[in-house]
Amino acid sequence: MSLALFWIFAILTLLFAVGVVVFRSPVSSAMSLVMSFVGLAALFVTLDAFFIAVVQVLVYAGAVMVLFLFIIMLLDLRTEERRPVKLAAWAGGGIVLAGFLVAIARVISSLPGATNTKPEILPGLNDVAQVGVALFRNFNLPFQIIGVLLLVATIGVVVLSRRELK
Amino acid sequence: MELLERAPVELKNAFLRVLGSLGVPEGMLAILSAVLIIGTVIGVFLGLFALMSVMERKILARVQNRYGPNRAGPFGLFQPVADGIKMLTKEDLVPRAADKVVHFLAPVVMMVPALLVLAILPYGRDMVPVELESGILFFFAVGAGTEVAIFMAGWASNNKYSVLGAMRAIAQMISYEIPLVISAVTAAMIAGSLSPSVIVAAQGGFAAGFLPHWFVTTPWGFTAALLFYIGALAESNRSPFDLPEGESELVAGHLTEYSGFKYATFFMAEYIGMFAICGMFVTLFLGGWQAPLPFLTVVPSWIWFFGKVCFVAFTMVWVRATLPRLRVDHLLAFAWKFLLPMSFAAFLSAACWHYAGRGPAAWFLSLVVVGIPYLVLGLSFTSRFSVSRRTYLFSE
Repeated sequence: MSLALFWIFAILTLLFAVGVVVFRSPVSSAMSLVMSFVGLAALFVTLDAFFIAVVQVLVYAGAVMVLFLFIIMLLDLRTEERRPVKLAAWAGGGIVLAGFLVAIARVISSLPGATNTKPEILPGLNDVAQVGVALFRNFNLPFQIIGVLLLVATIGVVVLSRRELK
Repeated sequence: MELLERAPVELKNAFLRVLGSLGVPEGMLAILSAVLIIGTVIGVFLGLFALMSVMERKILARVQNRYGPNRAGPFGLFQPVADGIKMLTKEDLVPRAADKVVHFLAPVVMMVPALLVLAILPYGRDMVPVELESGILFFFAVGAGTEVAIFMAGWASNNKYSVLGAMRAIAQMISYEIPLVISAVTAAMIAGSLSPSVIVAAQGGFAAGFLPHWFVTTPWGFTAALLFYIGALAESNRSPFDLPEGESELVAGHLTEYSGFKYATFFMAEYIGMFAICGMFVTLFLGGWQAPLPFLTVVPSWIWFFGKVCFVAFTMVWVRATLPRLRVDHLLAFAWKFLLPMSFAAFLSAACWHYAGRGPAAWFLSLVVVGIPYLVLGLSFTSRFSVSRRTYLFSE
């Protein structure tokens, strides 16, 4: 059951990921990206990582995508024109892709135990609590630093986009 | 009463037992059990939607001193049936310039999140369709799908009013989602869990024998509940935040090019989404299925839940009948300059309440922590407008 679900969602994720590149209309691309994110979230669910799955949907399929869509609407992007396919471009892309796949296959095969799943990190705790413990106990300082960084970015945006008051 | 409390679950179990004795295999029964739960939840909410669509018009009519629908059936109660038939028999118009696929998909995508979020609400004692550890997050994550659906509707229609409406809707929903989520986080923080059933359980019991431990009875909880309520109004595009459909400027916003049953699907999804967010409001701040007084605990918990949901939905209609629509810049300024800082204040206040021991002293401390920002923000927000008493020229 779980394996079948994995294949269904993995194929869906990849299909829509290809769709992001293939579709000529920016809106269709953005929609494919949403579907790809949702498929990825479903893959997290099959790994029992419900929290990560929900956050994946919340942050990427929700917030980030809405931002994309908003920009598409603001900029009024038109459908890209179809260009004639160049053989050299296809060949170059194919070589890069093949090299990339070979590199990934080598890394995966060199990892010991990459095929078996790891046991629970903190047995007995639910996944939300596990993320909380990891963030606030083990990696508290980096977490706080990232918080300050985001605050600085927010203030920077406000300062940059502020209209000068006469 | 004990029997009534467990009635929905027992009915389902009895039905499954009968089927089991008839020789239906075990695996089939498990699937059937899930289907029964899903069917019941969707059925109940569709019923609520039908009731709401007529009650809303009746209440609005009552407020505006007129009759409202009273022709179809007793007290106009068959109005939803008549509306449904009308919607089904209308022509389904698709503009020639529309993106056909996306135009068709938009109402479907709108319906999906509205139904999915119903899965995690605790409807009664031990009555949660899906016991999810990160249920609150799931609610908001799936709810964000509504924004995508509105965008699809607005964009695919290829109509300037549709795009403008969708743009307004998305700007509004992004802005109001932040105070909405932060005020929901306060309840999750105090309960120590993101699971809705744990949050409801944390609000059980009575102080001094009669005061319920609902979060709305604390200063931070009251503030957060108000913020959540305002955010919920905006998220479900209800008046006074129904700018995306402001008919005086935008015809019907993203719904302009929809007719017949596609329009009805949008309408239905919006109402079910509204009920879902009312359910979340009740779960977070009004004690979920908990009874308001000790001697009322004999009434089944699910009656309390749906009673509270209907009450909150009623107040939303009341607000619609009372308040005029906001202007779009006021709307966004209100979210970013007032609701957002206030939600941070409520958050801080909840933390103070927790660390001061949750007693009467903590109550006053949290009142101070949330009261000062309220006064400062409120004064700075209203000082730019001169508020004078409205004089009526022709009435009174």
